[in-house]
Amino acid sequence: MSEILRFATAGSVDDGKSTLIGRLLYDSKSIFEDQIESVTKASEKRGMEMDLSLVTDGLRAEREQGITIDVAYRYFATPKRKFIIADTPGHIQYTRNMVTGASTADVALILIDARNGVIEQSRRHSFIASLLRIPHMVVCVNKMDLVDYSQEAFEKVKEEFREFAMRLDVPDLTFIPVSALNGDNVVDKSENMPWYEGRSLLTHLENVHTASDRNMVDVRFPVQYVIRPMTDEHHDYRGYAGSVAGGVMKPGDEVVVLPSGFESTIKAIDTLDGPVDEAFAPMAVTVRLNDEIDVSRGDMICRPNNQPIVTQDVDAMVCWMDERATLLPRKKYAIKHSTRTARVMVKDLHYRLDINTLHRDEAATELSLNEIGRISFRSTVPLFLDEYRRNRETGSFVLIDEDSNATVAAGMILGETPS
Amino acid sequence: MTTMVTVHRVNAQGLYRNADGTLEHSVQRSQQAIMSYELSHLRELEAESIHIMREVAAEFENPALMFSGGKDSIVMLRLAEKAFAPAKIPFPMLHVDTGHNFKEVIDFRDKRSADLGIKLIVASVQDAVDKGLAQDETGPRASRNRLQIPTLLNAIEEHRFDALFGGARRDEEKARAKERVYSFRDDFGQWDPKAQRPELWNLYNGRIKQGEHIRVFPISNWTELDIWQYIADDKVEIPAIYFAHQRMVFERDGMLLADNEFIERMEGEEPYEEQVRYRTVGDMTITGAVESDADTVEKIIEEVAATRQTERGATRADDRSSEAAMEDRKKEGYF
Repeated sequence: MSEILRFATAGSVDDGKSTLIGRLLYDSKSIFEDQIESVTKASEKRGMEMDLSLVTDGLRAEREQGITIDVAYRYFATPKRKFIIADTPGHIQYTRNMVTGASTADVALILIDARNGVIEQSRRHSFIASLLRIPHMVVCVNKMDLVDYSQEAFEKVKEEFREFAMRLDVPDLTFIPVSALNGDNVVDKSENMPWYEGRSLLTHLENVHTASDRNMVDVRFPVQYVIRPMTDEHHDYRGYAGSVAGGVMKPGDEVVVLPSGFESTIKAIDTLDGPVDEAFAPMAVTVRLNDEIDVSRGDMICRPNNQPIVTQDVDAMVCWMDERATLLPRKKYAIKHSTRTARVMVKDLHYRLDINTLHRDEAATELSLNEIGRISFRSTVPLFLDEYRRNRETGSFVLIDEDSNATVAAGMILGETPS
Repeated sequence: MTTMVTVHRVNAQGLYRNADGTLEHSVQRSQQAIMSYELSHLRELEAESIHIMREVAAEFENPALMFSGGKDSIVMLRLAEKAFAPAKIPFPMLHVDTGHNFKEVIDFRDKRSADLGIKLIVASVQDAVDKGLAQDETGPRASRNRLQIPTLLNAIEEHRFDALFGGARRDEEKARAKERVYSFRDDFGQWDPKAQRPELWNLYNGRIKQGEHIRVFPISNWTELDIWQYIADDKVEIPAIYFAHQRMVFERDGMLLADNEFIERMEGEEPYEEQVRYRTVGDMTITGAVESDADTVEKIIEEVAATRQTERGATRADDRSSEAAMEDRKKEGYF
């Protein structure tokens, strides 16, 4: 089982998200005395006993306003796993932060208030989790203490959510009844809900099976950096450094280098700790080939019989992240895709998606901050890509405004633009 | 408070608390041979850091690695070695030297740069003071901590660095928990927490205009315990002051400060000999030692895992001044 589990949460103060994280950290003894002391002091200032949400809200403005503004990363570990939490704000005006936190997550944690059931915000968070293809979703039905730990209330929310989730692409869905405030089913199984036969949240997170989430079939090795020591000892050494983005690579494998199309075989896969027999995602290695061919940053090494899509015309879903300018058709941007940097021109905005109702507005002419839509673009050079659903690394990109240098969009590739 | 505390088998940061109360190492966990296509948590963190360092080397003209001599920058340097082997690290080390450093740390720094055959650039606070760029504080609480800011910014300008690797971790401090891996700095070296670039997948935006630069934090996702486990796993050499040793210390604000020539003792601060070690390495004037008999990396890991104080809370006077002390310093251009 993979030892690192990254999970993303989204929510507002009201639904108990920060309290739930505070609870996970507190009950797993991952927050320290001096942190507890400073939280207790700050809570007292606001006339509260101990506000666990203050553990996670780090910036001065956040503490002052009592809201989470930005993505905060939190860490805790149990004997089974190391956890990285991307804690993001839930309000619609922070959709871009949610998308950011979701981009690397293995698990999405959705909080639903047992009293209110599935509301607009829960739908929006779930949609973003499915758009970013977080492979596992855990729905915590929170505040069970306020509905007398009733199984009926839990089942009702579950039913409601299931019905809605059928419209999304959620491969793995789990429901857990919790009370973040009292700790029911967070770290330990609750005695208040004997009818619940599943695991506590922490036990579930410790056991989520993530091994099959990465693409182990399609060999993708975007070349990041060419290593040429040019020393006496390593006079002719020429290695291609990069992180494996898919598949399993082995010495002796036949490979093809894109865009040149030259074929060779893998001579060795090097690390400072010695050569390895196999490399797979997310390993960072240095590959040497048996033939002297021209390979540089931005090239892609893959198998001759399993190549990515090579195209300049791409269809993608994008989330717009810039507050200064909007996405407009015909506009040009810089693109970063795997280790390639190029320029693109947006050719079409097909529709803007209402992320609350999933309604497609085909009359839309621009995308502004936090809006999501489907576009077509053409790049100045061919890109070596896969559908995002097949590979999150070769299927994702960011757009950069060439004047402000701001990262203005996050993109998920649907495929080559149909001609 | 009492209602919240329940009995747990899980101890701080990954040690297993057995039924009899003994602690079991999680180092063994990371050393287990993993036969399936899975990486141990240390190897996954390592891969992420190497990826970041290679991106920077490929995309920036003039990067440098900020080296403090502390364990985090030592691990970062080791990761840089791994990222570019068998070639040399393709950027210099930059040390902001306050002149109040521990001798063991300075010796270690010089030895490491010589062994790796890479250039060491020292930006000296003393020079900055002599040139009038910075002014020394006076009195018993005088420290050169803040003077590092103008010294560093001056070095960046002088050497035209466009990217600087820093060994900050997000688990260290709450303002750091919100900082990007690529942290954009404007012409004045300032960090604006409200205008950070979104950072998605492993795609980093390093575009800057002239005069601006990026601080890059390749070990953002490591925790203190990860660092120690990696030092154990990879047999990384560290300066002797991290291990328990005898030292003349005195107590101030609940911290043990080394009795040294750079700090003026106040009334009632009587030095005495104690067995101590350092959890963080900074200036002698502000870095506290902790009582400890941990004289091996394994013992340190046990101590770190069982400790109930964050390393900055326990040993750094600079972060105690206010709830947002680090955020404020970072905005001005601190590491």
